[in-house]
This record gives sequence, structure tokens and C-alpha cells, in this order.
Amino acid sequence: MIEHPFLLVGIGGFFGAIARFSFSNWMKKSYPSSFPIATLLINLIGAFLLGYIVGLDKTWQLLLGTGFMGAFTTFSTFKLETIQLYADKKWKILTIYLGISYTFGILLAFLGMKLGDIL
Amino acid sequence: MVYIFVGIAGILGALSRYYLGLSIGTLWHHDFPLATLLINLIGCFVLSWLTMYISRLNIVPPYFVTALGTGFVGSFTTFSTFSVETVKLIHSSHWAIALLYVLSSLWGGLFMSWLGFKIGDYFFKKRTQKQFIS
Repeated sequence: MIEHPFLLVGIGGFFGAIARFSFSNWMKKSYPSSFPIATLLINLIGAFLLGYIVGLDKTWQLLLGTGFMGAFTTFSTFKLETIQLYADKKWKILTIYLGISYTFGILLAFLGMKLGDIL
Repeated sequence: MVYIFVGIAGILGALSRYYLGLSIGTLWHHDFPLATLLINLIGCFVLSWLTMYISRLNIVPPYFVTALGTGFVGSFTTFSTFSVETVKLIHSSHWAIALLYVLSSLWGGLFMSWLGFKIGDYFFKKRTQKQFIS
């Protein structure tokens, strides 16, 4: 196993960013919507999986956690989409997007950690 | 091809987050996850500014903007770490810090995105007006 953090985080980041970009493009093409469903799903899946990954050993944490999940999920796009909804005055979508992201993000991270405890 | 650019920018974004996080960690010895908050707030500003200014100017190829925004800044900031850190704070009964972390991420993130959006838009309009006059 490669032990250098530089390589582990870098490799994870490469695939995490490509996975987010691909998934997001695919979602936008297959399910066009004014609700930013792609970023929401990415962030929720990532929060759950990172919750599980933090229970693993250091090598996996760096590769899959800091590298992959860190790059796969995104905070900046989430906020930019919120501001764009604000600029378009789509208040209902904005509120739902913010509400679901925070409550379910934290809840899923908790469940992921619980799953790590059980397994 | 653009996928490769996004991936390479993703490497740089993830590494910047990791090493900046380590550097902040050596200076900051408190339960509050300052490193992730700062990383996320900086990223919010930069992505909005990029989107409202650089990408509309057409001075750099679109794939470069995608690599920089989606690849670099997207990977630099993180939602999963934010969520896990919040759970850890709640788990260790640091309720007030957890609440402060969520609120400062929520409102701070919105403010920084809004600021990047407005500043980007302002400079874009200023620049295009100048070009129009000349």
C-alpha cells in the first residue's frame, strides 16, 4: 500500500472530482430541473460514506476520505447554486435546498459513523 | 478531455485543502473546526467570482474555467467533512460549538458567495461598459 499522504490525497482527489463532474453532467442531462438535485445527492451520499470512512485506518481515510469524498462533495457549488436561486427569486426551492442539505447531511454522516461502529 | 482537466485540477484542489488544513491545524488548537470553515468560505467567494467574472469574459477557454471552478474549487471545498465534523462535535457534547459551526458555515458561506457574485458582476459590467465606449 502506498503510504505517502501526498499520493493518497492526490489520487483520491483526481477520481473524486471526475466522479462529481460526470455524475452532475449525467443528472443534468437525464433529469433537467431547476432544483439542484445533482449537488444535493452528491453531498448527501458523500456525507454518509465519509461518516463510514472515518472509522477506517489512516491510509483509507486519506485516499477515500480526504481525497475522494473531500473532492466528490462540494461546499462552494452548493452555496453558488443557493445564491443563483436567490438571484432568480426561487425562494421555495432555495429554502428546501438549504434545509435538506444541512439536516440530511448531518444525519447521514451520523448514520455512516453508526454503520462503521456496527461493521 | 475536459474530464482529465477536471481530474488534474481536482488533485490540486484536494492537496491544497489537505495541506492548508494541516497548516491551520498547527496554529489553531481549539475544538472549533476553523480549517474547514476557512477553506469553504474562501472557496465560496472564489467560485462565485469565477462564475460571474472570468467565465463571462471569454478570455480563457471554457474548459479551463470548468477545470478551475468545478475541478479545483469544487474539490478544495468539502461538504462531507463539514457534516462529519458537526456530528463529532455533537457526539462529544460540544453543542454550542456545533451550532456555531453550522450557523457560520450556513450564513458565512452564503455571504461569501453573494460577495463573490456581486464583485464579479460589478467588474464584469464595468469592463464591458468600457469596451463599449471605446
